[in-house]
Amino acid sequence: MDDARGEILARVRAALADRPAPAAVVRDYERSRSVPDPVGLLVERVADYKAIVHRVAEAEVPERIAERLAARGVTTMAVPADVPGPWRAPGVTWLPDEPPLALAELDGVGGVLTGCAAAIAETGTIVLDAGAAQGRRMLSLVPDYHLCVVRADQVAVSVPEALARLEPVRPLTFISGPSATSDIELDRVEGVHGPRTLEVLVSE
Amino acid sequence: MGGRNPVTWLGTPSFPKAAHDALGDTQLRRNLRKATTTIRGKRASAVAELADWERLRAAGAAIKDDVLANLDTYLVRLEEAVTARGGVVHWARDAEEANRIVLDLVRAEGADEVVKVKSMATAEIGLNEALEAGGVRAVETDLAELIVQLGDDRPSHILVPAIHRNRAEIRDVFRRRMAEPPASDEPGDLAEAARRHLRRKFLATKVAISGANFAVADTGSVVVVESEGNGRMCLTLPETLITVMGLEKIVPSWPDLEVFLQLLPRSSTAERMNPYTSVWSGVTPGDGPRRFHLVLLDNGRTATLADRVGRQALRCIRCSACLNVCPVYERTGGQAYGSVYPGPIGAILAPQLVDDPHDEQAASLPYASSLCGACYEVCPVRINIPEVLTHLRGKVVEAKGKRTPEAVAMAAAAWMFADARRYEVAQKAGSLSRFLARDGRISHLPWPGSKWTSSRDVPAVPKESFRAWWRRNRG
Ligand code: SF4
Repeated sequence: MDDARGEILARVRAALADRPAPAAVVRDYERSRSVPDPVGLLVERVADYKAIVHRVAEAEVPERIAERLAARGVTTMAVPADVPGPWRAPGVTWLPDEPPLALAELDGVGGVLTGCAAAIAETGTIVLDAGAAQGRRMLSLVPDYHLCVVRADQVAVSVPEALARLEPVRPLTFISGPSATSDIELDRVEGVHGPRTLEVLVSE
Repeated sequence: MGGRNPVTWLGTPSFPKAAHDALGDTQLRRNLRKATTTIRGKRASAVAELADWERLRAAGAAIKDDVLANLDTYLVRLEEAVTARGGVVHWARDAEEANRIVLDLVRAEGADEVVKVKSMATAEIGLNEALEAGGVRAVETDLAELIVQLGDDRPSHILVPAIHRNRAEIRDVFRRRMAEPPASDEPGDLAEAARRHLRRKFLATKVAISGANFAVADTGSVVVVESEGNGRMCLTLPETLITVMGLEKIVPSWPDLEVFLQLLPRSSTAERMNPYTSVWSGVTPGDGPRRFHLVLLDNGRTATLADRVGRQALRCIRCSACLNVCPVYERTGGQAYGSVYPGPIGAILAPQLVDDPHDEQAASLPYASSLCGACYEVCPVRINIPEVLTHLRGKVVEAKGKRTPEAVAMAAAAWMFADARRYEVAQKAGSLSRFLARDGRISHLPWPGSKWTSSRDVPAVPKESFRAWWRRNRG
């Protein structure tokens, strides 16, 4: 093994014997962009992916969670143990992921409720980092329905602004709409292995 | 060590011959035209949304050039960062060595089946075949890879390996091979069938194998960009994750991804963002695989790096935009290139990875182009593909001598591809050889050029002429 490493590094150095000196990286692209209504843009772009999205007042979040779950007829929901208490609306069996839920249990729930770490308005993306109110990665993956609460202050406009808010060494998942594929005739269809329904509440 | 590089397929004829055969397949051409026409239009609008697109392209190219110029430093940095976060880094000089490393790791887990996320690197090294020879079944989980695998087929596109199949053909493959076949050929039903087919595998398999789109040297973070969620399943549920990555996939630091996460989705699937992107750094206790192995693959990359002109091919982020705009690719399909890397990028990358001037098939690939430049225009990392093609043609001629039969035949093919009108006239005339003879320089082409010139073998005149097609698509 060691000799493969040594040999590859030696090959690299030999290949660079001409000492290429590329031009410096110029970052004159737009790192931030200002738009009049970032939340509005996020809502519009998330909806473009055929996700369901609602703009709600912060105080209304628990009520809207209850309403959405009732509308779907969901009776059991997985949830990270640390979501805000009021999010666990009455009338639903909440399964906190503590101790960790078994995979089979997770496969059987009606959905999962999480918060997020950041969102990107321009691309309609939600980012989870396994931090507060998000839980481990499989929680938002195995259930077929993902209900996600985004706070207005978590919304960045551009991709560079969002990456600057994130810690790369945490496990990150960027989610842009429900699971989809472009593999049949290069046309996007929703609904393959990940959650087939993504519903987003943006609170402000 | 040694052996031939499986990046090109053993027994594939040189490009002119394979292209000729493919041109006779009108279904293939129809499927390809439909798919690439759709995606071309969408890509153009996705790109037009960003006013700073050209600046992003320039930055993307410059970041990759920096990576290549300091590759030894970045490789060591990446190794340190991954190791510090609980991962294990392996180095593989060639396909054979990479395959052996992976097989040994799978065996050490006691697994006889693995789930796989679509990965060009593992396709390039023929990992599935090597695993099978070692008694391990590799289950492809990407929809298009699954279509290829269940259809005992070969890939024809780097993003959508089954692009040559339309929905009805996909339904037929699934009906033959799935316990619960799809209800219809509606894309939604086909996706649903794939979901059911793979669900249990995802939930039960202990070892997964992936590729990587990017790896951040500073932090050891590895990035996989995908759509279906099969990637997330493979990266999250199994106990052991093995990632095989070409050693040029590095970016120096986290903010560099702000460039590539804008360039890649818009160039490849023409989306503002692909549905899922996963980023992980080593092992995270309580979240995801408990063991993580990263295999750094050379397999001809350092040889490519040594070529001052050709090395820019290593900037490639495998978006497939160059395939989707290429008039030659659209007409011949991907399999004619005889490699997992077809199209313009394949024509410059595959021969460099093979790195053998005596390999006829690989040597024919730089001629598989009209040098129209559309690929360069769309490439998100500004790879000057026509420049590299011309450079590689020069190297072929140098190695073979100008007048060898192969060189003459390839040159004739290239000359014909180079001009839409020539191509059209040749086809209308029904015989390329007659047309060429009128030019007064080449009256009769030896093999494999003869495959083009004997009237019996000339491709059937397609319903739509090349020129009409060209006009309609290029304005
Ligand atoms: S060469 Fe450029 S356009 Fe082609 S796949 Fe690579 S990055 Fe994309």
